[in-house]
Amino acid sequence: MSNEAVSGPGAPPRRAIDVVNASLKRRYAKERRFRFMGATAVGLGLAFVVLLFADIIGKGYTAFQQTYVRLPVTLTEDILDPAGTRDPQTLAMANYMAPIRKTLREMYPEVTARRDLRRLYSMISVGAPQLVRERVMADPGLIGTTQELWLLADDDIDMLMKGHIDRDAPEGDRRVKDDMLLWVDRLLGQDRIEKRFNTIFFTHGTSREPELAGIAGALMGSFYTLALALVLSFPIGVGAAIYLEEFAPKNRWTDLIEVNINNLAAVPSIVFGLLGLAVFIGFFGVPRSTPLVAALVLTLMTLPTIIIASRAALKSVPPSIREAALGVGASPLQTQFHHVLPLAMPGMLTGTIIGMAQALGETAPLLMIGMIAFIVDVPGGFTDPSTVLPVQIFLWADSPERGFVERTSAAIMVLLGFLFLMNLAAVLLRRRFERRW
Amino acid sequence: MYAWTLILLLLALMALAYHFGRRRAVAGAGGVAQIKTLHSLPAYYGLYAALWAGIPAVLLMGLWIGAQDQIITSLVTASLPTELVEGQSAGRVGLLVNDIKNLATGNIVSTSVTPEIQAAADQYLRLERLSDRAMWLAVLALAVGGMAFAWRRTEPRMRARNRVESIVMVIMIVFSSIAIMTTLGIVLSVLFESLLFFQRVSPLEFFFGVDWSPQIALRADQVGASGAFGAVPLFSGTLMVSVIAMLVAVPIGLMSAIYLSEYAPRNVRAVAKPVIEVLAGIPTVVYGFFAALTVAPLVRDLGAAIGLEVASESALAAGMVMGIMIIPFVSSLSDDVINAVPQSMRDGSYALGATQSETIRRVIVPAALPGIVGGILLAVSRAIGETMIVVMAAGLAANLTANPLDSVTTVTVQIVTLLTGDQEFDSAKTLAAFALGLTLFLVTLTLNVIALSIVRKYREQYE
Repeated sequence: MSNEAVSGPGAPPRRAIDVVNASLKRRYAKERRFRFMGATAVGLGLAFVVLLFADIIGKGYTAFQQTYVRLPVTLTEDILDPAGTRDPQTLAMANYMAPIRKTLREMYPEVTARRDLRRLYSMISVGAPQLVRERVMADPGLIGTTQELWLLADDDIDMLMKGHIDRDAPEGDRRVKDDMLLWVDRLLGQDRIEKRFNTIFFTHGTSREPELAGIAGALMGSFYTLALALVLSFPIGVGAAIYLEEFAPKNRWTDLIEVNINNLAAVPSIVFGLLGLAVFIGFFGVPRSTPLVAALVLTLMTLPTIIIASRAALKSVPPSIREAALGVGASPLQTQFHHVLPLAMPGMLTGTIIGMAQALGETAPLLMIGMIAFIVDVPGGFTDPSTVLPVQIFLWADSPERGFVERTSAAIMVLLGFLFLMNLAAVLLRRRFERRW
Repeated sequence: MYAWTLILLLLALMALAYHFGRRRAVAGAGGVAQIKTLHSLPAYYGLYAALWAGIPAVLLMGLWIGAQDQIITSLVTASLPTELVEGQSAGRVGLLVNDIKNLATGNIVSTSVTPEIQAAADQYLRLERLSDRAMWLAVLALAVGGMAFAWRRTEPRMRARNRVESIVMVIMIVFSSIAIMTTLGIVLSVLFESLLFFQRVSPLEFFFGVDWSPQIALRADQVGASGAFGAVPLFSGTLMVSVIAMLVAVPIGLMSAIYLSEYAPRNVRAVAKPVIEVLAGIPTVVYGFFAALTVAPLVRDLGAAIGLEVASESALAAGMVMGIMIIPFVSSLSDDVINAVPQSMRDGSYALGATQSETIRRVIVPAALPGIVGGILLAVSRAIGETMIVVMAAGLAANLTANPLDSVTTVTVQIVTLLTGDQEFDSAKTLAAFALGLTLFLVTLTLNVIALSIVRKYREQYE
């Protein structure tokens, strides 16, 4: 920049203030740019959060509804119970799909070709007969009558009703062909098709059919796993924290443990899976795919978190409490368990809840120890084969059917809901009981 | 299921022991009025008895359950008719024993059930039932014995508190060494399997080979039967995904930490900081889903729109989403170290006439640099060890490429693919996963140790 611009005619030689003043505009512009960059970074961070949640919720909220079709099904005695004995054994084994198919044939008499008929039948879920069976088993008097039954629709029809299948796309790109569209439209015109709250999603285990797949099995698996992991990791974590913080002599060994715990907290979770596979399953013979082995692995994984949080909580209890207790004759352990521990407990619980939230969302190590198996039954104990919610999400995300996309998103919403509740509990606990000394 | 009932029963016995121990102590002292003649509070006598009832029994039970399977299996194997075992390899016999176990537990059996196998399965079941009963008897007997022992030793002058406290102390020491044992377990298990692997595949080929196709042969004369275990494509893939992640996470994380700690008004900070940290609490499987179903198609469509060929499982998509996941690690660690820079340094810089951004760039960031670098190293180690995002959004093909639009595979993806599915512990395929795990563990451990020591040194500097 030229000197004239800064100093007027006849001014004394350049002073420092002029140099500074001349550069100010540039420097302020730089300042604004820098500030803007910072604000952009924060904005981007926030935008990612919003985007992520919007994407998941946008994909998943429809899964909480399920399409049902109302058909007048004649529960013919000839098909269901030809002997007329009403024997529960016979009723349980009977072919409930046949009356449904018969009804469909009667409603669409123009459909005759084998291939078309198969597509017509495929509008009703393969799980629908089971629901009919349950009703008939409960009330055998229904046999021989014609009932207006709400039947579970197939996932293709479900997707169509929810607008996930584009009606205007070329027929070849669509899973629902033109004639199926007409059939569905006729049902719609007769008010025979309806979306209802999806109870199956919360009461069933997983399935190959999206419309029959639910998270009940995975939720129970997660529950057993977390319950056991909590029972194991909380006492161990608190015990270790008390010893390391309050009793351990300062020497090489305890230094080693310190460094170790900090490092374990940063070891990739998948390595814990390898440990579980080689030691718990390979060496000790713990049954694979069970909440038991998952809980053992997750315990080891969350221990560092719990120990670090518990030590911080112990550290925040002022020494005067300990001195007072020791002064009136309490033993060191009595001091800890009667006086220090109750004061540190909220902090320890907060750390434990956060550790459990981590464990609830953990997937990678559980893949190694067989939680990836396809298990339909809802587990009933710690040694039943089971899967957990995040692994279920992983498995569903891999399934090609369109119906699984929304169910995966819905399962994610449930998982995030639980995580939110746990973190909320941790925050509230901290607010309610945190003491400043 | 029986084990759980036994544990409940043991707990009940311990409660009983507590009650009796306490009562005996009080009675020995001559009633509640004379309680001060006792050495310890009555509860300690109860605890003493409860611990004696519980601990030996629990230890025995653990040992029993640990050893039971091995012993029964070897007994059943030994009792197999010789014509079944004679001249068979160890692997064959193992399969046979597996079948017997499956038959006994009512699972699907791979071979046809011959009378001999049925007999062996029956024997297996019988032995198991016998062992279960014996365990119940032994454990409960030991618990009652411990209780009786404590009962006999209980008298007013026994130093019950000191004894209970030293037991509790030992338990706490055992608990705190679990961390060490975990590390030891990781190192030993991974190292052991890796050594087996390196006996078959030379370390040179593993660390420097550029060809990765770990199939195992179905027939011995199959083409490519040996499989190739050159891990360089995996390392390069891991590196690329991590670099992309850091390119996303470091600028955004660092700048938002600077903005939030230096510029943002208090109320903005109070909202924005926790919201960004929400990203750290979201399970990785959710990011994986987001990457595979939203970001990857988006990247592919964008690439197609400007005429670029993008693989449907591109490194770019996986890396970007991983970067989003890591933002909060970088930002909260940087935030901590920036806040730890003393205010006097800022004041000094302002007094010299520096603008706020100049202060930040010339004074605060250099002062906080070691801490920031430490934080970034921790984030790198996180990115290298991250599994679910790459499993769901990166490919399986081991391409040695520098193009981020291509599909690459990573160390963690290969560990998961090698270990899910069929599980034979002695195939080179599964052992390769452990060798990869060892590499992963060592690399992340080194990064962590360096990062933690940098951060600690930095903290000491300003405290």
